[in-house]
Amino acid sequence: MAYERNIGETILSVDQISLSFGGVKALSNISFEVKEHEVFAIIGPNGAGKSSMLNCINGFYHPQEGTVTFKGQKRRRVRPSEAARSGIARTFQNIALFKGMSTLDNIMTGRNTKMTTNIFWQALHFGPAMREEAEHRTQVEKVIDFLEIEAIRKTPVGKLPYGLQKRVELGRALAAEPDLLLLDEPMAGMNLEEKEDMCRYILDVNDEFGTTVVLIEHDMGVVMDISDRVVVLDYGKKLADGTPDEVRSNQAVIDAYLGVSHDDE
Amino acid sequence: MGDAGQSHSALDTFPKLLIDNARRIVDRPAIREKDYGIWQAWTWSEMRSEIAAMAAGLHAFGFKRGDSLAIVGDNRPQLYWAMTAAQALGGIPVPMYQDAVAEEMQYVIEHAEASFAIVENQEQTDKMLEIMDRCPAMKEIVFKDPRGMRHYNQSHVRSLEGLMEAGQKFLSENPGWFEAEATKGSGSDTAIMLYTSGTTGRPKGVVLSFDNLVITARNGVEWDHLKETDEMLAYLPMAWVGDNIFSYSQSYVAGFCVSCPESSETVMHDLKEIGPTYFFAPPSIFEGILTQVAIRMEDASWINRKLYAYFMDVANRIGPAILDGESVSFMDRVKYALGNVLIYGPLKNELGFSRFRVAYTAGEAIGPDIFDFYRSLGINVKQLYGSTEASVFICMQRDGDVKPDTVGPPATDVELKIADSGEVLFKSPGVFQSYFKNDEATRETKTDDGWVKTGDAGYFDGDGHLKIIDRAKDVGKLNSGTMFAPKYIENKLKFFPYITEAVLFGNEKDYAAAFINIDLEAVGNWAEKQGLAYSGYTDLAMRDEVYDLVIECVNKVNVDLSEDDALSGSQIKRFLVLHKLLDADDGELTRTRKVRRSTVSERYGELIDALYSDVQSCLVEAQVTFEDGRTGTIKADVKIREATMIPVAQREAAE
Repeated sequence: MAYERNIGETILSVDQISLSFGGVKALSNISFEVKEHEVFAIIGPNGAGKSSMLNCINGFYHPQEGTVTFKGQKRRRVRPSEAARSGIARTFQNIALFKGMSTLDNIMTGRNTKMTTNIFWQALHFGPAMREEAEHRTQVEKVIDFLEIEAIRKTPVGKLPYGLQKRVELGRALAAEPDLLLLDEPMAGMNLEEKEDMCRYILDVNDEFGTTVVLIEHDMGVVMDISDRVVVLDYGKKLADGTPDEVRSNQAVIDAYLGVSHDDE
Repeated sequence: MGDAGQSHSALDTFPKLLIDNARRIVDRPAIREKDYGIWQAWTWSEMRSEIAAMAAGLHAFGFKRGDSLAIVGDNRPQLYWAMTAAQALGGIPVPMYQDAVAEEMQYVIEHAEASFAIVENQEQTDKMLEIMDRCPAMKEIVFKDPRGMRHYNQSHVRSLEGLMEAGQKFLSENPGWFEAEATKGSGSDTAIMLYTSGTTGRPKGVVLSFDNLVITARNGVEWDHLKETDEMLAYLPMAWVGDNIFSYSQSYVAGFCVSCPESSETVMHDLKEIGPTYFFAPPSIFEGILTQVAIRMEDASWINRKLYAYFMDVANRIGPAILDGESVSFMDRVKYALGNVLIYGPLKNELGFSRFRVAYTAGEAIGPDIFDFYRSLGINVKQLYGSTEASVFICMQRDGDVKPDTVGPPATDVELKIADSGEVLFKSPGVFQSYFKNDEATRETKTDDGWVKTGDAGYFDGDGHLKIIDRAKDVGKLNSGTMFAPKYIENKLKFFPYITEAVLFGNEKDYAAAFINIDLEAVGNWAEKQGLAYSGYTDLAMRDEVYDLVIECVNKVNVDLSEDDALSGSQIKRFLVLHKLLDADDGELTRTRKVRRSTVSERYGELIDALYSDVQSCLVEAQVTFEDGRTGTIKADVKIREATMIPVAQREAAE
């Protein structure tokens, strides 16, 4: 649908990030900016450093050089839990759910950063803790409704097909009501129909809640369709960034993706 | 029952019944919906306020007396309210099948001259917008669920919330307006228009009056002693007359609560949570549930399987007798009670059937095994026979007088007769007014002296129960002169769990032959147990092992047929397993899953020719429509097999 989207100020800026593991340079000197309400994609071949980049943003890795600025706060070393509390939620390339727990409980864990009562009250399940749980449950039910997974509410996630597990993982990230949503290959291993569904959910999240989305994806078609802007990494270096059209016609990108036979798409 | 307040004659429309219920059983729940994981209920008085606001809102945006209101979506309280709101304004609700594609909807909307549409969500709004410029009468589209709708800025698309706010405002300025409007209607007014899915040709708009629905519903309520404490789950399409009677008309008359499931995928869950006391399901659903149970029992532990087998045997023997109130020995009663604690109770609870007082099935014949299974568990499943043209009830079985192969005696106030051709004719208070803008069809169906043709062939058995064999026009003759009732044989085939659909041929042919669709779940499960790998329906259907499985079923049907004097000549000689499932999206089935014979014979002409030659296989290509509307083709080499026919002494003697 063609309509004006409300792209705001810069919410996340990555400045001169370099990350190495021993002698391996995973990222060198990467900079880009993500604006509020944007769908922003990081693409690149295998081993390009895409997941490392996400890990730097949510504080799982600490880059040797450079800074990440989120909502105006510049930081060098931040723990993942602090990043989560500041409004960043993510999903993982290999699904990281609690297989034995139900969909509902898994999504409930996404509310963890929002819980205020201490473990003592929660264990008693009485008074403020009970009230709080009801509130969190309401929020979780909204996510379940949004992702249309009512039918699997009580199903252990280990029993679900892969595509649905991915959706549950997205649900858990959404339950945290994030300002910035990091999606690590949300469509990997999905069939066409599942991919279309997932695209729709990502766009709906972005549209309904105004959540900024940064995603990594291999499927070029998907990326070009849903992203506002794209950054291309290769061997830890930035090849290009810009709108999908700009990136698509960039010679360096074509080379990296298709080898050096200079075919047009 | 629902007659404590005013006399029946004063409560002759649904808006009047609503106002009466809101006064009489103020705080009893009227309707429920599961939303955000929690059952939300509206009492009769709350529901009255909502409906009043909706009616006022419709009025404020220009909906007038005599206008038609299209209603599209899953079973939602707001969509049921929309029916009453329109009826209060003297308008005519036209509920439509929610899974129909835009073109199918266009025909109905154009034909019904609907000026407003109240739809559930974005999906349905998009369909309406697609056809709007071809439907000149259509003025406003109102959507219930705002999700994804924020960028729709067309002036004629608005939210139900906004409409009801406008209605509230209007009501606060005009108190008493709703009551005044609601009492303007009377029993002889048109209450609703229901489009029949139509196995042949275009759908027809069946016009039903308030008298048709209210009196028929009231007769049904009295027949089964339904009360305001009963519970119903509304999960069948709102466009279908059955849903209108069970979840709407009877609820208004008896005052019982109707629950709307969370989504179409959660129906079985919701059934368990609500535990309805009054239930309707077509045979296919009862069949599906039994298949599920059977599959799950196969995977159960050894001891559970043994217990299940033993107690189901006990139940089969004495369950139906207990349900029908016949005398049963003391030991048997003890065994049944034990079975109830160990097996039947938990099983019923698991299915959500624990509180069933009355459950009906209709639409197709139900397999005797399936029917007996439920009755032996102590579930009061009964059969009824009805049609849109009768406001449902024509025949229905009485408690304690239930048989698997009949549809029961005529319902209250219904007169029945069998024409010379074998066709069933009826007269009842529910007889429809007319087909909308189709006098010719009305005259064809309704005779001058008031009898309505059902199009079904049947006869009365010794106890005065009606037995339906087939569609009257489908009953034909083989070249040998033997009667050929395709539906009757198809049903026999479909009673096997491995067979989901069958199409019989034989009219004016030398012998009977069949197309068969296997049940992917049941046969798939069987194949897994055999260690048989397959890639999908087509692959599985082509397997010799599967043909061996199917031929056993066909042979059993032939044995059955050979025992029936009239039909023994129509045993199945040759059959094939179709390479694709017959599908409503391909036009091969109606939306209510009945086979469109003409489409099938047209599309698979070469296969039919092959059945009536002596070839062993036939190469075909078929077009399929995927769920997203794209089309593709399936190519397959379909094998043809010969079944064993039982020679019949009589026939041989005659030849």
